[in-house]
Amino acid sequence: MTMTTPTATGTTMLDDFLVRAALAGLGLSLATGPLGSFVVWRRMAYFGDATSHAAILGVALALATGLPVVAGTLVIALAMAVTVATLAARGWAMDTTLGVLAHSALAFGLVAVSFVPGARTDLSAWLFGDILAVSRADLGFIWGGAVLVLGLLAWRWQALLTSTLNEDLAHASGLNPARERLVLTLALAVVVAVAIKVVGALLIAALLIIPAAAARGLSRTPESMALLATLFGAASALAGLQLSLWEDTPAGPSIIAAAAILFALSAIFGRMRRS
Amino acid sequence: MTDDALIRADHLTVTLDAHPVLSDVTLAIRPGEIVTILGPNGSGKSTLLRALLGILPATRGRVTRRAGLGIGYVPQRLAIDRTLPMTVRRFLSLPARVADAAAAAALARVGLPDVAQRQMADLSGGQFQRVLLARALLSQPQLLVLDEPTQGLDQPGEAAFYRLIEEVRRETGVAVLMVSHDLHVVMAASDRVICLNGHICCEGTPRVVSTAPEYRALFGLGTQGALALYQHVHDHSHDAGGQGHAHPRHAHDHDHADSHGHHHA
Repeated sequence: MTMTTPTATGTTMLDDFLVRAALAGLGLSLATGPLGSFVVWRRMAYFGDATSHAAILGVALALATGLPVVAGTLVIALAMAVTVATLAARGWAMDTTLGVLAHSALAFGLVAVSFVPGARTDLSAWLFGDILAVSRADLGFIWGGAVLVLGLLAWRWQALLTSTLNEDLAHASGLNPARERLVLTLALAVVVAVAIKVVGALLIAALLIIPAAAARGLSRTPESMALLATLFGAASALAGLQLSLWEDTPAGPSIIAAAAILFALSAIFGRMRRS
Repeated sequence: MTDDALIRADHLTVTLDAHPVLSDVTLAIRPGEIVTILGPNGSGKSTLLRALLGILPATRGRVTRRAGLGIGYVPQRLAIDRTLPMTVRRFLSLPARVADAAAAAALARVGLPDVAQRQMADLSGGQFQRVLLARALLSQPQLLVLDEPTQGLDQPGEAAFYRLIEEVRRETGVAVLMVSHDLHVVMAASDRVICLNGHICCEGTPRVVSTAPEYRALFGLGTQGALALYQHVHDHSHDAGGQGHAHPRHAHDHDHADSHGHHHA
């Protein structure tokens, strides 16, 4: 993409909103690639929905109390993720439970936001993201969060994979599957908190699932799938930004649309290769 | 029960959702022996294994494991989600990464030297179980725990699998604790059989157990056929039992069994 880098004294590359937007998308992909792979492997798609929809409630909380938005969304996303994980462990019917929680969280969030003066006008930014308005501070949170999640997943990688395969197997190997579930729950909450600025509460789950799903057909090992999902996520972010720039489309949905096209291409390519 | 036990349960009672699934089970597994737990569906076999592995807590009684006991576990069902790409080689490196040479040796040991780069999802049922066994052996355990390892295999496949277990035990001295709900070839491969139906009904050598009245009460008329097959395989007498004329030559000839279906120097 074209970058008009200001060269005047006292300015840096980061002064360009497009550079910041691109860096935000790339940073986020570092976390969403591997985490999204686990979301797909463990069939946690709806879990991601519930957690990210709850983030709107976090936005309302932050705006009402004057807390930073990242803190508000992190707290509420974490509360939702822990609630869902606890109910799942108790054997609730997850499909229905998650459906109730995801949509209730969104509805309550939207109602709560309407009580906060001024927030109503920004609503679409929280729902669909506002990557072009990413500040330096936002960029710091996004990269900090992404590196944290990536580090957490890398540290627990073998244990996470074993627990994902079979919890009894993990248990018999001296691992604690409940702890590994908690690792993913934490990682999901962090990603939701930093991603809301980029693609918005409604599309975070899409950014987790679609690149990973696109990577599946082209991968032979879990690692190659996670890596490919990261690359697809990064490519989608850049392509979506470019589209947004050319056609003045909303950036968040454009990124997801680009990811969806990548998924379709990957599915067609995978089918052709097999036949 | 002597002190050399690898793992023991003392008056173990496990209650699930207020239902007593196991009551007052006492058993011990000693180094190098092959013990099979036999019981009908719902008799608490898997619950017993899970309690021994420490996955389920004991409601009463206790489970003691020898300090530092290494357990290789082969679960009853391992459904690898279709969304998870996994080669056999990668699978062997879970949870601990292993060297290529060790992985190759483990696959050769279970008679599958050429599957390392295959996807787990593309393996046949018998191959899949052998790969699970190879993975369990890689940690060089003192105890192998197998939960209905031959479910879904045909009878020759089942016989071959139990022969493999016996060979592995002979070579490594590993103790084996298996669970089964079928009576067929499994009895021939066991040193000791424990009949379970919520509690221990009877135990002893396969021959003793198969004639015990508790065992007959539990398994009914099918017993005759199973006993016939057991004797058939062991004694190589062609006149006993109509069912399962599964490779009678292979059943007593290990070299033949090894070369069955793959080449193996």
